[in-house]
Amino acid sequence: MNKLSESSLYQLTSARFRLFFREPEAVFWIFVFPILLSVGLSIAFRNRPADVLQVAGTTAQITQALNADRGLRATTMDEATGAKALATGRVLLLAVQRPGGVTFDYDDTNPDARTARLIADRAIQKAAGEQDSVETANQQVHEAGARYIDFVIPGLLGMNLMSSAIWGLGFSIVEARQKKLLKRLVASPMPRWQYLASFLLSRLLLLVIEVGVFLGFSRVVFGVPFRGPIWQLALVCVLASLSFSALGLLIASRAKTMEAASGLMNLVMLPMWIVSGVFFSASRFPNILQPFIRALPLTAAIDALRGNMLQGASLTNLTLPVAVLMAWLLVSFAIALRIFRWR
Amino acid sequence: MPGPDRLSNHSALTIRGLKKSFGEVVAVDGLDLDVARGECFGLLGPNGAGKTTTIEICEGLTTPDSGTVELLGLDWQREASALRQRIGIQLQETQFPEKLKVDETLRLFRSFFDRGLSVERSIAMAQLEEKRKSRVGGLSGGQKQRLAMACALVGDPELLFLDEPTTGLDPQARRNLWELVDQLKGAGRTIILTTHYMDEAERLCNRVAVMDHGRIIALGTPKELIASIGGEQIVEFAIGEDAPFDAAILTQIPGVESHRVHAGLHQLFVSELHTTVPPIFALLESQGAHLTEFRTHSATLEDVFVSLTGRNLRDE
Repeated sequence: MNKLSESSLYQLTSARFRLFFREPEAVFWIFVFPILLSVGLSIAFRNRPADVLQVAGTTAQITQALNADRGLRATTMDEATGAKALATGRVLLLAVQRPGGVTFDYDDTNPDARTARLIADRAIQKAAGEQDSVETANQQVHEAGARYIDFVIPGLLGMNLMSSAIWGLGFSIVEARQKKLLKRLVASPMPRWQYLASFLLSRLLLLVIEVGVFLGFSRVVFGVPFRGPIWQLALVCVLASLSFSALGLLIASRAKTMEAASGLMNLVMLPMWIVSGVFFSASRFPNILQPFIRALPLTAAIDALRGNMLQGASLTNLTLPVAVLMAWLLVSFAIALRIFRWR
Repeated sequence: MPGPDRLSNHSALTIRGLKKSFGEVVAVDGLDLDVARGECFGLLGPNGAGKTTTIEICEGLTTPDSGTVELLGLDWQREASALRQRIGIQLQETQFPEKLKVDETLRLFRSFFDRGLSVERSIAMAQLEEKRKSRVGGLSGGQKQRLAMACALVGDPELLFLDEPTTGLDPQARRNLWELVDQLKGAGRTIILTTHYMDEAERLCNRVAVMDHGRIIALGTPKELIASIGGEQIVEFAIGEDAPFDAAILTQIPGVESHRVHAGLHQLFVSELHTTVPPIFALLESQGAHLTEFRTHSATLEDVFVSLTGRNLRDE
């Protein structure tokens, strides 16, 4: 044995590593789950040729006019049957022949129905003899960086950084406290700071694997772009992971049972999963909520990751999210150290 | 191994006027104690007597409300880190990480000490050689307790604290642990242990202190304490309730030191069974008492506790 491997910091950190890799569930949630989730989302939101939309008309003429457009498939049904088909979602739009013209029945909160309305209107005008006043042509573009998968990968990365840090620290510390292991360690000459430092060290080492595997997969399989400097992306990941670790430490600083700890963790993480822009943009929430949402660590982490990866923004353009992450790191860590319960 | 050259003239443990309350509950109520080097000292008492609070104050895990504690001539306020290097601790109900192996756990604990035993040596002392590559989660209760002992020993401590080391173990595992403590005593270490098993204290300890309600109510070698209740043998009997019976005349029999009634049983403390039992029978017969139970046993620390407090050790 050499000197390094005899040091308590090395032993504590390698114990953390062993305990992590001997827990198959943890390995699954941190390494495999984000990849499965991104594959699932990429299938659900894949870019595909625009759908042929199902519509209905009340007369054979209308149906014929609608079928003339390749974007629609129309069937003829009477108004009552059509209303039922509309209500059950079998058709998106019902074109009804009225004395003065044609009425479209559709749900205007459904984007597909709105599209059907536009196409149907054009098809019926065209059948009535209207001409395009300007000649137009289509050219289709599928640009990397503008797809849903490009949007969601930084979101999933941010979510993964948060859950692995908070679960990793929170559960291990509360378990050690509940099983009186913390008390036993404090009764030994172990320097207390090294116990906490071993969590941060093992977290940072795991981060290299975790982020490397996930982003490597996204690059190779989805061709997700990395437009900003890679070293700055790494820095953002480290900063985000440290902030979430500090938050995990804060959550674990007093909880005595696993039940209390997991309740607290869900209380902290669930709202952020929803509002912080993992799956859809956080700007969809009302303006009045925006200052609160922007102040959350997950929003800041995801904003910084998207800024770097998608817009190629450098850190100097990401001062707000970086400052938010720094603030969470310092404040949580300071409070956690002050109130931490060792027994 | 601590040889005689490392023993200074400081005693192993000196406690003066120790008090500790948790809210309304007084756990330790003015305690004085001296333990010499090389002693195996037992703190005895029922659950809630204040044994664990006392030992945790000695281990530097709990701060007392008042009073002083000195270990090996050092105190916790000024020399905590030096003290931690020199004492070994086994706590009640510590659960080590289940997925670490025995040797990994000991290597971790060894890394906290500046000097100490090799991991292999501590495994051998705790007789865990066959389990050194097993995960902690797969050990039996007795093996886990021996691992806790190995973790306490790996820093080669001068002073060893064992808090209820055999609670919850089966008889065979208890005996194995006693043998380990015997070896440590033989090597001249100072050991302070708590227990609520009187037989364990009698078997292991040079001296014991009996605690109740946060105070020491008796202190001495197990022999001295047993002798102090007068009479080394105990006669217990029960009689039918129909006959009126004057117990006072029993103490007039030569050789009967004292009489008490405990849990419906008459108890006589006697010095010699063979000369005292026949007159007891004769007297009971002359009184017309109808015996429903009669037995004798050698006095134990259990009887000491009962005679001091009127309660059994595990009453609560």
